[in-house]
This record gives sequence, C-alpha cells and structure tokens, in this order.
Amino acid sequence: MSLEMLNIPNWSDMGRFIPEAVFFCTFLLALLGDIVARKRPAVPFAIVLAGSLTALAFAVAGLAGDEQTILGELVAVDGMAAFFRVIFAFVAVITVLFSWASEEIMGTGREHKGEYYALIALMTGGMMVMAAARDLLMLYLSLELVSLTSYVMAGYMRNSLRATEASVKYMIFGAVSSGIMLYGLSLIFGLTGEMTFAGIRDALAAGRADPLALLTVSVLIFAGLGYKIAMVPFHFWCPDVYEGSPTPVAGFFSVAPKAAGFALLIRFFYTTLTPVVGRVDFPLLIAVLSVATMTFGNLAAVRQVNVKRLLAYSSIAHVGYLLMGFLMLTAEGLQAILFYLLVYALMNLGAFIFVVAINNSLKSEHLDDYAGLGYRAPWAAVMMIVFLFSLTGLPPTAGFVGKFYLFAEVIRREWYWLAIVGVLNSVISLFYYMKIAKAFYFTKQEGDPVRIAPMHYVTMAVLAAPTLALGLYWGKFKALADRAIEHFGGM
Amino acid sequence: MLSWMTFFPVIGALSITFVPKDRKEIVKTVAAAAAAVPLILAVQLFMNFDRSIAGFQFVEHYEWIKSFNIEYFMGIDGLSVPMVLLTALLSFLCIIASWKIDKACKGYFALFLLLEAGMMGVFVSLDFFLFYVFWEVMLLPMYFLIGIWGGPRKEYAAIKFFLYTLAGSVLMLLAMIAFYYNVQDPVTGGHTFNMLHMMDQANHGGILDVANIRFVIWMALFIGFAIKVPIFPFHTWLPDAHVEAPTAVSVILAGVLLKMGTYGILRISYPILPDQAVNFMIPLAILGAINIIYGAFCAMAQSDMKKLVAYSSVSHMGYVLLGMAAMNSTGINGAVLQMFNHGTITAMMFLCVGVIYDRAHHRDIDGFGGLGLQMPVYTSVFSFALFAAVGLPGLSGFVSEAMVFLGAFPVHRTIAIVSALGIVIGAAYVLWMLQRVFLGPKNDKYDDLPDISARELFTLVPIGLIVLLLGVYPMPVLDLMKASLNHLIKVVAG
Repeated sequence: MSLEMLNIPNWSDMGRFIPEAVFFCTFLLALLGDIVARKRPAVPFAIVLAGSLTALAFAVAGLAGDEQTILGELVAVDGMAAFFRVIFAFVAVITVLFSWASEEIMGTGREHKGEYYALIALMTGGMMVMAAARDLLMLYLSLELVSLTSYVMAGYMRNSLRATEASVKYMIFGAVSSGIMLYGLSLIFGLTGEMTFAGIRDALAAGRADPLALLTVSVLIFAGLGYKIAMVPFHFWCPDVYEGSPTPVAGFFSVAPKAAGFALLIRFFYTTLTPVVGRVDFPLLIAVLSVATMTFGNLAAVRQVNVKRLLAYSSIAHVGYLLMGFLMLTAEGLQAILFYLLVYALMNLGAFIFVVAINNSLKSEHLDDYAGLGYRAPWAAVMMIVFLFSLTGLPPTAGFVGKFYLFAEVIRREWYWLAIVGVLNSVISLFYYMKIAKAFYFTKQEGDPVRIAPMHYVTMAVLAAPTLALGLYWGKFKALADRAIEHFGGM
Repeated sequence: MLSWMTFFPVIGALSITFVPKDRKEIVKTVAAAAAAVPLILAVQLFMNFDRSIAGFQFVEHYEWIKSFNIEYFMGIDGLSVPMVLLTALLSFLCIIASWKIDKACKGYFALFLLLEAGMMGVFVSLDFFLFYVFWEVMLLPMYFLIGIWGGPRKEYAAIKFFLYTLAGSVLMLLAMIAFYYNVQDPVTGGHTFNMLHMMDQANHGGILDVANIRFVIWMALFIGFAIKVPIFPFHTWLPDAHVEAPTAVSVILAGVLLKMGTYGILRISYPILPDQAVNFMIPLAILGAINIIYGAFCAMAQSDMKKLVAYSSVSHMGYVLLGMAAMNSTGINGAVLQMFNHGTITAMMFLCVGVIYDRAHHRDIDGFGGLGLQMPVYTSVFSFALFAAVGLPGLSGFVSEAMVFLGAFPVHRTIAIVSALGIVIGAAYVLWMLQRVFLGPKNDKYDDLPDISARELFTLVPIGLIVLLLGVYPMPVLDLMKASLNHLIKVVAG
C-alpha cells in the first residue's frame, strides 16, 4: 500500500467511531481525574463508569448502522464491529461495577486504584479496534495495545508475588507469540504484497500463493492469535495468569480479550482465506486443535480444587467449543461463534463475580470453603447455579442455545466425530461444574451467612437474568449475530 | 390447557420462593395446591379426550424461534394421555407423601414442582426441540432432590444419575440436529423440528436416505432412551439413585421417569425411523428378556427392601420392551398399559417401603419379622401392592403382562417363553420378602411401631383403587390409547 492511498481521517469518519473515541477519551479523562482528585478513586471510577455507559449506549445505537470502512480503510465499521462493541462495552460496565466492591482491587493499602479503571477503558477501546481492524497494521497495533494493557492489569497487585509472576509470565509468552504472529504477517505481506484483508483475499483468489506457504502463514498467524484466546497448545499461561491476577481482572480476561481474539480471527481468516479453503486443509487443523483444546481444558479442570483455576481451565475448554464453529469458515459457524461469545460473556463473568463476591468475605477460592454456601448465601448461590448450568450447556439456559448452534453447524457439515467428541466433553464438564454445586448444597456446613456486597448482587442479577431469558427466547439476539456476519464478508 | 398443566407447577414453585422460610405449612399447602391443578386438568382431559381419533388433540401451536423454525408445539394422543394422567396423579400424591420433609422444605417442594413441569412437558411436546428442553430441565431438580435430601451415598448416586442421563441425552441431541437438517417442512420447504413432519417419511432427505446412517441415528436415540428406561447394560445408575433418593423421589423416578425412555422410543424412534424399528425387533425383545430375568434375579438377591423394589422395576420395564418388540396391537397396547400400571404399582411399593423406613429407620428385610401382627393395615396394603407386582389376576399388573405375552408369543416365541420365567422368579422374591417381613416370629424390637397413618393411607388408597379397577376392567385406559397405538403400528409395521 502506498502512502498516497492513505486518506486523512475526517469528521464524518469520526462519527462512526464514537464508542471507541468515547473509551479513549474516558481513559484520558480518568487519568486526569486520578491526578486531580488524589486518593479519591471514586472520581476515576465515576468517569469510567459514565464513559462505559455512554459508549454502550452509542454501541447499541450503532447496531442499526450500515457498513463502511473508515480511517483510510484501516478499520471497518460494520455489523461485526457493532456487535462486538456492544459486548465489550457491556463487559466493561459490568467489570467496572463489580471491581468497585472487590476487596482485591479496592482494599485498603492498595495503590493506584484510579489507574485500574482507566486501564479498563483503554483496554476496551483497544479491543473494539481489534474487532474492527481490516488491515495488518491495525491488527498488530490493536492487538499489542490490548496485550500491553493486560500485562499491567494482571500485575495490578504489585505487592503480591503471585500477581507479579503472572504478569511477567503473561508478558514473556505474549511477546513470543506476538513475534511468531508478526513473522506470519510479514510472510503474508510478502506473498501477496497487500496490507488490507480485502487486498490479501483478492490476491489469494487470483492464485498467487502456493498452498504450503499459505498453510505456514495460516499456522503462524493462528498461533499468535491462538495465544490470545488460550487455545491448546498455547494455553499454558492461562491458568497461572488467571490465578495470579486479581479475580475481577481474571473474569475480565476470560471474556473480553478472548472475544476480541475471536473477532480478529474471524475477520482475518474469513476475509482472506475463504477463497482458498479448498486448497489448504484448514478444517482438519482446526478440528484437531478444537478437540485438543476442549479435551485438555475439561480434563485439567476436573482435577482443580481452586475455583478460579477450575474456571480458567474450563474457559480453555470453551475455546475448544468455539473453534468448532470456526471449522469450515462458514457464515453459519461464525454466527454460532458470535452468539456463543455473547452468551459466554454473560455466564462466565457471572461465575467470576461470584468468586469475587465470596473471596471478599471468605478470603478463599478453595472448593472446600464453598461447602454449605447454598445455605449461607442462598440467592448468590442460586445465581451461581444458573451460571454453572449455563456453562455446562443445559437447557433452559443461554449456554445450551449457544452450544446447540455450534453443534448444529458441525453436524450440518457432517463432521460427526467432532460432534460426538464435543458432546462427550460437555458431559465431562458437567462433572466439575457440579462439584461446585455439590459443595454448595450437599455438604451442609454450619456457618454465619456470608456477606455479599449489594453491588455484587446487582451485577450478578444483571447477568443471571439474561442467562436464563436467552435460554427461553433468543431469536432477536441470534438475528443480531447473523446480521453481524452477513454484513462484513465483502469488506 | 396443556400449557397450564405444564406451567402451573412452575408458578407454584415461584410462589414458594416468596413464602418466608419458617412457614413450612404454607409452603406445603402451596405445593399441594400447585400440584392439584394439573391433576384436576388431567381428569378433565381424560373426560374430554376423543377416544376415536388417532391423531393429536388439545393442540397448541405457536411460533417460538422463527429463524430456526423452532415451534412451541404441544398436543397429546392416546400414547401421551396415560402418561400425563400418571404424572399428574403421582406428583400430587408424592407431594402429600413428602409432608414430613423438614430439611430446607422450601427448596424441596419448589424443585419437586419444577420436576413435575419438566415431566409433563416431555409428554405433551410435539416439537423435538421443546421436547429436548423439557427432557433436560427435569434433570436439574432430580439431581438436587437426590443429592440434598437423599441417603448416605446421595452425592455419588446423584452425580451418577446426572452423568448417565446427560450422556444419553447429548446423543439424542445429535440425532435431533441430524433430523433437523434432513427433514423438510412440506409447507415452507425449510428445516423443521416438528415431530409430525419428521414422522412423515416423504419429508426425509439428505443423510436420512442412507440406511447405515439411519441405523446410527437410531442407535444414538436408542442409547439415550435406554439409559432412561433403563435397559441392561445401562441400568446401573438406577439402584443407586433409587436407594439414595427420598421416598417420594423414588416414586417419581420409577413411576414416571423410567417411562420417559419407553415413551421416547414409541413417540420418536418408532414413527420417525420405522424401518430401523422393524430391524431392531429381535434385539429389543432379547434386551427385554434380559431385563426381565436379570432384574428379577438381582431383586431376589437383595436384602434391602428398596433395592429389591428398584430391581423389580428393571424387571418390569422389561415387559414393556417385550411388548414393544412384538409390534402388534396386543403387544404395544399391553406395553403402554404396563407403563401405566408399573407406574402405579411401583409407586405403591415405594410408598410402602417409605412408611416402614420412617418408623424403623432401616430397610433391611431380615431385620423385620412378624410385622403382620403389629401393623395389620400396613401389612395388607403392602401385600396388595406386592401381589399386584407379581401379576396376580384381578390386579392391573396381570392384565398388561398377559397382553404383553399374548402379543409377543406369536412373534418371538422362544424369547417370550424364556421371559415368562421372570414371572416365576418375581413371585419367588416377592413371596420370600413377604414371609421374612410380615410373617414368622415377631421381632420384639418393633413392639411399639404405630400402624400406617391416615395421611399415608391417603396417598396409597387412590392408587390401590386404580390398580384394582384396571385389574378388573382395563378398558378406561385401553380405550384411551387404542386408536393412536394401532395407528402407530400401521405406520411402523405397515
């Protein structure tokens, strides 16, 4: 791409970039607010909350918009970007809210509480750009923005050795995977001479690259992005990082950057590889990775006694399910992924909030300490049960509907063995999710009622209600996901 | 009306959550009322059901998820009506039988009502997706009911039940999706979950035209249903679940849940894959015979009363399979009648075991003796139930078992003869138990056991009357199902 092709961004472009712009402005304002109102984290909290809500409102309003590329075709504002914006803004709002009542983030003696909120805003903005990127340059920049922010957030509890270790581990592995991906990106630039996804697709469709080179490139890029979404064999950082990070951060990580990673995966591979799916044996590669990811995640989760680690491994398993939708790069499969990500954001965040809420008063994430919680914190436990059933994929919860669409696509494409492995994995996952439910109710332990912050009740309810409701009626939301995929293929 | 029957218990369950924790009487009354409504509706349905029509009645049909052609489609025919009646009756009686539950009683009754809603939904759904949702919904309350209110090994039993049935139902899910993509809606041309469209072979296409794949789908469905029945060798969850579950939950398990398996085979596997059903006749008959004989032998070996009753269920469900495998009018009508009769008889037996367990706090057969003198009313009620289970003429079990054998004999002669041994073994274990518990020298330890109470009798007498009535005059139930089942046989066997 030559320089004269670059358009100078203009105001009409910016009009389509409002949610992102809101987040970046919020970041700056929150930093300023933190400096001006020293030691009063309420100020940056309020700024980021207001900013996220504003961005969410704009994001929802933007769902109806048409598709267009802006900023000199570096990013696309289309159905998919709009869909992910809503997810990210929603997750940001929830994270901000429940972090406020979290002991780990807001506890006494914790420094730089304001920065934490600012970082959420920055990272969310970055993820939105990731979902909209349609150029190799933007892909890499947005990915690194999100990654760097997450390294800082992982190490937020500076005095904790565990957190520091998590942060360093995250950064080192992150840097290596970035390097691998960068290598892949430069190769594909070399093969096609194009920077934009659309350009790459046209070049590939014209048959300019040989299959082996293409496969190498795909694998390299896939490895880099696979790291972001914690796909086996690039998953090993995930449990340690989640365990070491403050739980609110772990919850945020388990949902948002993963969704962003998938957004990027979808946009890049669906746009560029669709014309050559026949030439590269991409589906089998994905199928194998999917099976490895879900099976490993589930089997490892079975052995965990720390709930946060259990959820970390289970989130690896969910990546495996999601990859099933990626298999053939069909619109239906990608729609299933999008819908599942929406559902996954609700239920997984919910489960993490529960861990945060319990950790606040029990100071433990150990499964044994969860015994009798069904009697000590009845409402919270019931909501957690909803999240767990949904994560298992049982009706009438949203998780079932999400899994249903993924399996439906795999069967439609006649990958029966994959479907069977997938459902058997669901059965395994039942075992460890039910371990938590079992601890709640089956072993009655006397104890005082557990105090749970009202804010946590509210955020959990905000997530539990749609988790149930989407299991009974999901037509409109599925239509959104369908529209998101339909409206970006050509860009 | 069907929706009301299905969802009224849910309304009841929700209202229970708003009752203060210490007002246990109110909780129980609300639960009983919420279960009484479906029972009243079921009786009304029984009255108004047109017995001459083979097709579906009381149909409710709405759009649900349009983009995937998922419908809210309910309706009942002669196959579902007996099951709906059984569900409504047993659920109500079980709530009465659970009156003594004290531990976390809000949760217990709310879950029980949810369970009723799930079972009812399964029997009235005509959209496969809806069917599947209800099928799974019912697992959750069951898991907690066994796990929280169960016996000493409740955790193991609960998770085993859950894992087994989930493994079965996910296979069913795959079969369901395979149907969805290969059955065409004759009106719109799109894919469909509508069972009636699935039953029409003219709508089948794609992989459903390939015999081998039809066989695989049949097996997937069959394993899903077989685990529920439970058919040997998928039966091992059942004794565990039964023994650990509280009395009322055992009643529901044996009385209604097991029927969902055979109901599923008759409602889904048979009419949608009739060719496979015909090919599978002999294996099914053999499995039925194994269930009958093996279950009976296991029952004989038990020293725990509840385990004995549990294994007798395995045995009695074998008759249902044998009747289904006969694939003629007598056999299948007998099978469905046996489903209903086993539901009532086994409910009586479990309730009776519960009565003695409440008093003596153990169920060891050899730990009793001479109870006949101590508890005469109880003894006569329990003996009545046991004789019904043996298949004593004049009681309902005899009619259905006789029909099953009459149906199976001309088709599977050897298997039927072998299975008939099950009756002999059945008589043996039942009489042996009767003798050890109620007859013989009196065990002085139980000198002050009170006889059966009025509330307990209230749960047993209505079922007893039904057992007696159907034993003498089975037409009320046979009339209900005849038209639909004969139509089914025509569809399957041609």
